[in-house]
Amino acid sequence: MITAEKLPENIQVNKKGRLKHFLTTEGLSRQLLTEILDTAENFAGVGERAVKKVPLLRGKTIANLFFEPSTRTRTTFELAAKRLSADVLNINIESSATKKGESLQDTLQTLESMHCDMFVVRHANSGAAHFIASMVSPGIRVINAGDGRHAHPTQAMLDAFTIRRHRGRFSGLKIAIVGDIMHSRVARSEIHAFNTLGVKELRVIAPKTLIPAYMQALGVKVFHDLEAGLRGVDAVIMLRLQNERMQGTLLPSADEFFKMYGLTEERLAHADPEVMVLHPGPINRGVEIDSEVADGPRSVILEQVSYGIAIRMAVMSMCMGSAE
Amino acid sequence: MTVIKNSETIEEMIAKMAMDLKIFLKERERKDIAIIGIHTGGVWIAERLHNLLKIKEPLGELNIAFYRDDFSRIGMHPSVEPSNLPFDVEGKHIILVDDILYTGRTIRAALNEIFDYGRPASVTLAVLVDRGEQELPFKADVVGTTMSLSAGEHVKLTGPKKLTLVTK
Repeated sequence: MITAEKLPENIQVNKKGRLKHFLTTEGLSRQLLTEILDTAENFAGVGERAVKKVPLLRGKTIANLFFEPSTRTRTTFELAAKRLSADVLNINIESSATKKGESLQDTLQTLESMHCDMFVVRHANSGAAHFIASMVSPGIRVINAGDGRHAHPTQAMLDAFTIRRHRGRFSGLKIAIVGDIMHSRVARSEIHAFNTLGVKELRVIAPKTLIPAYMQALGVKVFHDLEAGLRGVDAVIMLRLQNERMQGTLLPSADEFFKMYGLTEERLAHADPEVMVLHPGPINRGVEIDSEVADGPRSVILEQVSYGIAIRMAVMSMCMGSAE
Repeated sequence: MTVIKNSETIEEMIAKMAMDLKIFLKERERKDIAIIGIHTGGVWIAERLHNLLKIKEPLGELNIAFYRDDFSRIGMHPSVEPSNLPFDVEGKHIILVDDILYTGRTIRAALNEIFDYGRPASVTLAVLVDRGEQELPFKADVVGTTMSLSAGEHVKLTGPKKLTLVTK
């Protein structure tokens, strides 16, 4: 008989298998990922009501700890927390005490003394959210809002949510992720999520220099030619070309990239006629995506933003509602 | 599980509730009516009342999971159907329907949620079973039947096609 002690430790779930921290999509069951999507479905309508709030997390305090700049993700986390009636602290660590030499542990302890119940963490180092989750007091919950090149699980889940809302299922779908796979935490979280949710075929499309060697081991089909990779796909997820992360040697120029991998209407015609185009934003028009596509009928980029709030509400309430 | 009311009896009870509601609303000259059922048993009864009373506004469904007062003790409930109020609540005379009135906490949660959609002109409470053990100051306006049960005994409505009341 397998006992709880013998199971591999998973910091993300409690003993009853309920979500406690949300750090990565890797290793979570299909059942749990589906529960996140179903819960988000319940929250999706809240933004359209007279009172855009539910009282679920009234009296809880959520601290957004952003060690790396972000407007979009931080804003949607803030809005999600406020729609759940929680109080929100936005702490821009770049410009705060850490600059004065305070250690991460001291910063966290200070916030714990203020009786924060949840930390939403964005950090440039891979594994930072796991590290923080392993360090905080037992009652505190941690959500990863992006750590280095490692994971960005809420982004992956909101993309999954967007696709499920349009197609109603994952089985039978072909999904392509295009762009800088190498530096993308979004891509990594998406691959784990879509594999678990049971898509038919997952593809990555990028130049050799932007695809890490282990991709095939994750059950992903690798393409270096955009048109070939787009053939028959039901959804295309474009990634932002991360200029700030890019080493000069990986690509000749942004123009060159657009010529080879930029998504245009003409290229999109190779995909399924009902194809959906997703992008985590912010978009670089004319670098990875043509304006005609970004603003066109196949684009669901703006829907993704509002679904992002529902997904974050779901994850926050599930984590906050789980006992030890 | 013991069946205490079969589907035939329950349909009769609902027909009687519809009659009582008609009189109740007429006496108060209430028009512009909408009906809302609380998931899941309340929706089954509300569907039937909606037909019997020939209400024009589409049926509203309420999932009060996000308004419960026991969230911090037991966490998220496994999600059922989302709330759906396909009409403007503002100024409407609402008939709120649930299967069992017990502590009254579900009704409190439901009222809070309804008011987040708008300000209704009135809310009338209709329940199939009134256990008479409210912990909050609520009283149903229209009742199918009253039932007093001993502590630890529970009554449950099963459905949705054939409605039966069972105790366990």
